[in-house]
Amino acid sequence: MSETRLMKGNEAIGEAAIVAGCRYYFGYPITPQTELMEYMAKRMPQIEGVFLQAESEIAAINMVYGAAGAGARVMTSSSSPGISLKAEGISYCAGAELPCVIVNIMRGGPGLGSIQPAQADYFQATKGGGHGDHRNIVLAPNSVQEMADLTMLSFELADKYRNPVMLLGDGALGQMMEPVNLEEKPLVPQEKPWAANGQGERAKPNVINSLYLKPEQLEAHNIHLQNKYQKIMEQECRWEEFNVEDAEVIVVAYGITSRIARSAVEMARRDGLKVGLFRPISLWPFPSERLLTLAQQTKAFLVSELSAGQMIEDVRLATKQIKPVHFYGRMGGMMPSSREIYNQINLILKEKEAVK
Amino acid sequence: MNSKLYARPESLADVPFHYCPGCQHGIVHRIIAEVIDELGVRKQTIGVAPVGCSVLAYDYFNFDIVQASHGRAPAVATGVKRVCPDSTVFTYQGDGDLASIGCAEIVHAAARGEKITTIFINNAIYGMTGGQMAPTTLVDQVTTTSPYGRNENQVGTPLCISEMLSTIQGARFIARVAVNNPSNMAKAKAAIKKAFQLQNSGEGFCLIEVLSTCPTNWGMTPVEAVKWLETNMIPQYPLGVFKDAGGE
Repeated sequence: MSETRLMKGNEAIGEAAIVAGCRYYFGYPITPQTELMEYMAKRMPQIEGVFLQAESEIAAINMVYGAAGAGARVMTSSSSPGISLKAEGISYCAGAELPCVIVNIMRGGPGLGSIQPAQADYFQATKGGGHGDHRNIVLAPNSVQEMADLTMLSFELADKYRNPVMLLGDGALGQMMEPVNLEEKPLVPQEKPWAANGQGERAKPNVINSLYLKPEQLEAHNIHLQNKYQKIMEQECRWEEFNVEDAEVIVVAYGITSRIARSAVEMARRDGLKVGLFRPISLWPFPSERLLTLAQQTKAFLVSELSAGQMIEDVRLATKQIKPVHFYGRMGGMMPSSREIYNQINLILKEKEAVK
Repeated sequence: MNSKLYARPESLADVPFHYCPGCQHGIVHRIIAEVIDELGVRKQTIGVAPVGCSVLAYDYFNFDIVQASHGRAPAVATGVKRVCPDSTVFTYQGDGDLASIGCAEIVHAAARGEKITTIFINNAIYGMTGGQMAPTTLVDQVTTTSPYGRNENQVGTPLCISEMLSTIQGARFIARVAVNNPSNMAKAKAAIKKAFQLQNSGEGFCLIEVLSTCPTNWGMTPVEAVKWLETNMIPQYPLGVFKDAGGE
C-alpha cells in the first residue's frame, strides 16, 4: 500500500508496524490508545500474524519479552498508567537486550488522572522507567505521518541496538486523523543468532537472561550496556529546526505541543519578532549538542510541554544554562493555545528589552 | 560385556546443582531432562525459568532457556510459543512464583488453553528468599513471616492450585505428583511425559504440580523432610489426576 490514506494516529502506528514486519502484538485495552489494539485485532489475522489480548499490562509486556526472546519483531502499546505496570518488564527487556517496540499514547496523571492528552511521562520514558541503569530509545512524533514513519524506524533501531524503543505520543496524536502515506519497504530479514527459539542446528543452547549473581559479571554487563547507550547517543539524535538561525528566543517543544508552538512562532515572525522552534524527535538520546550550539547564538529558550516541566531539565542540562530557560506548560489534559505561547514569547522579549 | 545402565540425560548439562541437600529440584530437573530426551525434542525445546530457587535452571538444562520475571513465566512462554508454535515450551515455577505473584498469569494461560506445559514445584514455602509463608503454606506451619504458625483467620488457608485450575475449561491435563519415593517418582515421570506429549500433539495447557521438600527452610534433615511431606503435605494436597479432558 503506497497511496495516501486518512488515518487516526493510533491506526497509522498499527499499519506501519505491519509494514515494518511486526507480526506479533500483545496488549491490554486502555484509553486513548485502544484503537491501535483494535486495529491489530483486525489486521493481524489477515496477514497470519498474532494478535493476543493479554490478561494484564504486565502479562502483555512479558509476552513481548518472550516473543522478542524468540527472535520476533513484536510490539505492545498502552497509555500512561499501563506503562507504569509494564515498567518491570521493560527493564527486563533492556537487561536481556531484547529488541521490542512499546507505544505510550500519554494521558493526564498522576494516578488514574484523565484520558485527555498529556506529556507528563517524559521522565518515565527517558530516564529509564523501570529499575536499574537502563535506557529506552524514545521517539516522539508530531503528526500522523510521523507516527507511521517513526514506528518503522523504531523497529529498525530496536533490532540494530537490541534495545527497547518507546514511541511516545499523546492522546491528541493518537486520536486525530491526518493523511498518511505508508511506503512499502523491502524487509531485510533480521539475523538473530542469539534468540531462544530452539537450539536446532546451533552448537550450543541460547539463554535469554538479565541475571548476573556475580557482581563482577553484572558490572561488566552494565559497562557493556553503557557503551551501547553511548553509541546510541552519538548516532541516533534526531531533531527538527524552524527559523532558529537568527532567533532571539527559541521555543523547545516536542510532539503535539511542537505543532502549537510552531503556530506561535509563525505568529511572532509575522509580527517581526525573531523567534524559532527546536523540536527534539529523539527524546532519548536528547539532541543536547545541537541545543548547546544554539544556546551560544540565541538569547533565551522557552520550553513548552503538557506537563509541569520535565523536558526542561534536559534543556537546562544541554544548554548549561548559559542562556535563560523559561517554561510554559499546561497539565491535566489542558492544551495551550498558540496565542498563550505567543504571549510568553512576548513576555520574554519584553524582559530582555527592560534589562537593556 | 559392559553396557551403560544409567547415564546423565543429554538434556541435563554436566554441572553440579547448587540446590541444598535433600531439595527435590534436582530430581525433577532430571525427570524433565529424561522426558525431553525420550521424546527426542531437545533441540526444539525452550524452557522458561522465572525467579525462585530454580532461576538458575539455565545452567542445568542443555537446551534454550528464557529467564523470566517473578510470576510471569506463563506470559513469557505464551510469547515464545506463539512465535515458535512447533517447539516444546515449558515453564518451571515454584509456589511463591505461580500461586502468589503469578496467579493471574497461570490462570489465564490455562483459560486460553495455551499450548505449553507447566511444572509447578510446591514446597509450601518461599525457598530462595529464606523461608517465608507462601499461599501454599499449611495452616499452623511456621515460616519466617508466620513465626507463630499460619493463622487461617488472618491469612487464610492453603491454595490448591491443581484443584482450582482443573475447573478451567482450557486446561487439558492437570495432575499432582510427588517424588518422595521411587514409586511416586515413576508416576511423576509418567505424568510429566504425558504433559509434554499432549503439548506436542497440540492439545492444550497441561500442568503437573510436584510436591517437593525444602529441608533448609523447613528446618529439618532431608529424611525428616520427606516424612513431613508424607504426613502433612500429601493429606492437604492429595496426589492424582485432577483433569484429563481427553482422557480415557
